[in-house]
Amino acid sequence: MLTVNDINVYYGAIHAIKGVSFQVNDGEVVTLIGANGAGKSTILNTVCGLLHTRTGSIEFLNQNLSGIPAHKLVERGLAHVPEGRRIFQHMTVEENLEMGAYTQPRASMDPNLERVYEQFPRLKERRKQVAGTLSGGEQQMLAMGRGLMSNPKLLMLDEPSMGLAPILVEQIFDIIKRLHQAGVTILLVEQNARMALSVADRGYVLETGKIVATGSGDELLHDEAVKKAYLGG
Amino acid sequence: MSFLNNVITGVSLGSIYAIIALGYTMVYGIAKMLNFAHGDVIMVGAYVCFFAMGSFNLPPVAGVLLAVAVCTVLGITIERLAYKPLRSAPSLAVLITAIGVSYLLQNSAQLLWGADTKTFRPLVEGSLVLVPGQLSISYVAVLSIVCCVVVMIALTLFTGQTKMGKAMRACSEDKAAAQLMGIDVNATISMTFAIGSALAAVAGALMCSAYPVLSPTTGSMPGIRAFTAAVFGGIGSIPGALLGGILLGVIETFAKAYISTDLSDAVVFAVLIIVLLVRPAGLMGKYVPEKV
Repeated sequence: MLTVNDINVYYGAIHAIKGVSFQVNDGEVVTLIGANGAGKSTILNTVCGLLHTRTGSIEFLNQNLSGIPAHKLVERGLAHVPEGRRIFQHMTVEENLEMGAYTQPRASMDPNLERVYEQFPRLKERRKQVAGTLSGGEQQMLAMGRGLMSNPKLLMLDEPSMGLAPILVEQIFDIIKRLHQAGVTILLVEQNARMALSVADRGYVLETGKIVATGSGDELLHDEAVKKAYLGG
Repeated sequence: MSFLNNVITGVSLGSIYAIIALGYTMVYGIAKMLNFAHGDVIMVGAYVCFFAMGSFNLPPVAGVLLAVAVCTVLGITIERLAYKPLRSAPSLAVLITAIGVSYLLQNSAQLLWGADTKTFRPLVEGSLVLVPGQLSISYVAVLSIVCCVVVMIALTLFTGQTKMGKAMRACSEDKAAAQLMGIDVNATISMTFAIGSALAAVAGALMCSAYPVLSPTTGSMPGIRAFTAAVFGGIGSIPGALLGGILLGVIETFAKAYISTDLSDAVVFAVLIIVLLVRPAGLMGKYVPEKV
């Protein structure tokens, strides 16, 4: 579904992503794990067109994405739930969700809302509430629900567990599992490596802009080097 | 009675300021820039209306509509040519460019239409007499207030109810996130400039109907006062522009009537300074600390 081939991304003179290649297949949950500054978010931002690669290619559903502006990718089925949630704080919950369906035909709005509310009943209770007043966990649910409103073929989640209490982290990962079972393809970026690997089919370990290890979620969970570096021994 | 007369004059002048202030505030809300050329778009609108009515004998409504069309195109063109290439430039560069565009418009107007002042024929003439010999409202004042109310209601519905209006609010909050929703941020910015400039054309025609002198610098002072009104009410806030505009019009009129005509601007700006000392984000603005 998504094939990233040898991308190099720079912030000015800083070479942030050094020849990274990976792929995500239909129906998979794939995770990119790594420490702060390893380049996880940079990769997602490059895939969704907010940043640009100098070399290589990004193919989504067998089409090259280079030169396509970020706002054109949503209608192709790519949804990105960005780091820090980035919900529209001054808009209501429902307005946020409507923005998620911006590229969708008007007729699909209600069924989409219904589907997302079913997935996140809490959002339905608060649908007239201004999004900035939601708790951190609810804001994350809103960000994910907003991403799902575009009926994406691939959902990219950037640090969905960031800043959440452990019980909420579990809830969020339960939701990811449910989405996986429902057939949504997910590319998950996480610092919480243990949780991420436990829900993922496959994972890639990223270190200072390079992929240093790859394998199935289970393999990586039991890999000595990965354990030592990311799973606390 | 003279007090009531002053209130009416103030509110109608304030309505015009509010319509202009909307242009500043909406553009600021979306593009986070101060479009100092906005005042000069008013002037262009007034000239177009003047020639449409004077030289081509079009009815006032057609004159205003033509001015709206010309200014809409002008606004989009200015944004495309002058501001869009600076989207990622420091805000100071954008500010200086805006001042440059302002002078460009003034000097172009001087070249095209001459430096002499023209006498603008009001869109509507006569006044509504409430108390004979004592209290009357000019039809221009009525029209200004009506226009302001209509524009406010229309914009509130637009930003609150329509998909495009909501997309506009989303852009003003977070452009990157808006892009991730599939919103074309550049198109949204263009649309904001189009709306602001169309309103400037209306304001230009109203302004020159109330104060019928027209010259290439006609737009600059009302522009600055309306900018003040936008800051006063809280820049970025649509109801703030309304409140700021009306208050500014009333304060200016009262200062002229009861203090001194020469000092009216000083009074207006002194009030602005005091308000900003107490409420740095303006009357209805929300103070949001910048994230680093």
